[in-house]
Amino acid sequence: MYSQGLIGADGSTGETPEFLEAFQKRIDAEEKIEPNDAMPEGYRRTLIRQIGQHAHSEIVGMLPEGNWITRAPSLRRKAALLAKVQDEGGHGLYLYAAAETLGVSREEMTEELHSGKAKYSSIFNYPTLTWADIGAIGWLVDGAAIMNQIPLCRCSFGPYARAMIRVCKEESFHQRQGYEIMMELAGGTPEQKEMAQDALNRWWWPSIMMFGPHDADSQHSDQSMAWKIKRFSNDELRQKFIDATVPQAEFIGLKMPDPDLTWNEEKGGYDHGPIDWDEFWRVVKGHGPMARDRIRDRRKAWEDGAWVREAALAHAEKRRARKIAAE
Amino acid sequence: MANEMPLWEVFIRPRNGLSHKHCGSIHAADEVMALQAARDVYTRRGEGNSIWVVLSSAITASDPDQAGENFEPGEKIYRHPTFYEIPEEVGNM
Repeated sequence: MYSQGLIGADGSTGETPEFLEAFQKRIDAEEKIEPNDAMPEGYRRTLIRQIGQHAHSEIVGMLPEGNWITRAPSLRRKAALLAKVQDEGGHGLYLYAAAETLGVSREEMTEELHSGKAKYSSIFNYPTLTWADIGAIGWLVDGAAIMNQIPLCRCSFGPYARAMIRVCKEESFHQRQGYEIMMELAGGTPEQKEMAQDALNRWWWPSIMMFGPHDADSQHSDQSMAWKIKRFSNDELRQKFIDATVPQAEFIGLKMPDPDLTWNEEKGGYDHGPIDWDEFWRVVKGHGPMARDRIRDRRKAWEDGAWVREAALAHAEKRRARKIAAE
Repeated sequence: MANEMPLWEVFIRPRNGLSHKHCGSIHAADEVMALQAARDVYTRRGEGNSIWVVLSSAITASDPDQAGENFEPGEKIYRHPTFYEIPEEVGNM
């Protein structure tokens, strides 16, 4: 999600060199920046964009998994999936709250998501075709998210860092429940194992694309690194994720869908085959198989809930008036 | 969107004996719904036994540019215990 939040971010800023230097000094001293502190406009804009896209990703991310709540194979799985999807909603709300401290309103952010102006992680524009996809999402998508989010706990902007600490604490259950689903399917009947392998085949490449373009093609990373919004490069995080995940696949007898994947003794990590960046950009730009459905579903939820919001506000107004009349 | 949901700051006491601590914010029409939303969003894993919600607009904050006023008063070293000389024989004090 996450590093994709920086795509298109504009870190340009119009303050004096003295102001920028003083700000950079605070960052270099590992001081946290809090909402009321003076900050470069570019810093504020980059964060609003990144935290907003991160929040949208959590909220849209509820949809592919929500698709399987009613069809979970057991009560245990259903309860876990329900709790996970509820967590994702909570994560979206922590993050919206963090973004709002920078002066953007929830309504503006919602509007930008619905109009297509704001992006969310490309991964959620793929469909969840079988139950094994729920396992693959927890294991791979949440696994990749954790890799990205752990360094964000040390982000220079206080409210974002604090929200990420809460998110990371909760996220570990998500990955474990996903891996457990995959493990059980991989150890089941040949059909079940095939279903697990098929899900891995479809989710592996989109998962490693979640880390964003290669460092050489990542335009806005340098400024974000200098401001300590970002702590590791896209390729560094991708490498960590691959090195951690390949042995997990081997352990349950599944095969990574990358014929070029080989252990590189010298660098102490895996080398992987070429990533299909054309597909990545297509999906980022909203041409993923589910892109239209996702936004349609979000809009529908917003519109269908309008009467609830209106009624709640009207009720609050009525109570306020009654209280004043009684005084 | 003329009717924006008011913003509330949420404070949680992890357990008795500790202070309420700020943990984030939520939107809600009134204080009853604000408490319910705060519980759903911020205490899914027993993070606290008491919640406060305060309208964000009701908070008055100090200006970070004036943070210099919160200085360590260098010339008032008599505010620190080590300013006073007590003979060693007296023991720990």
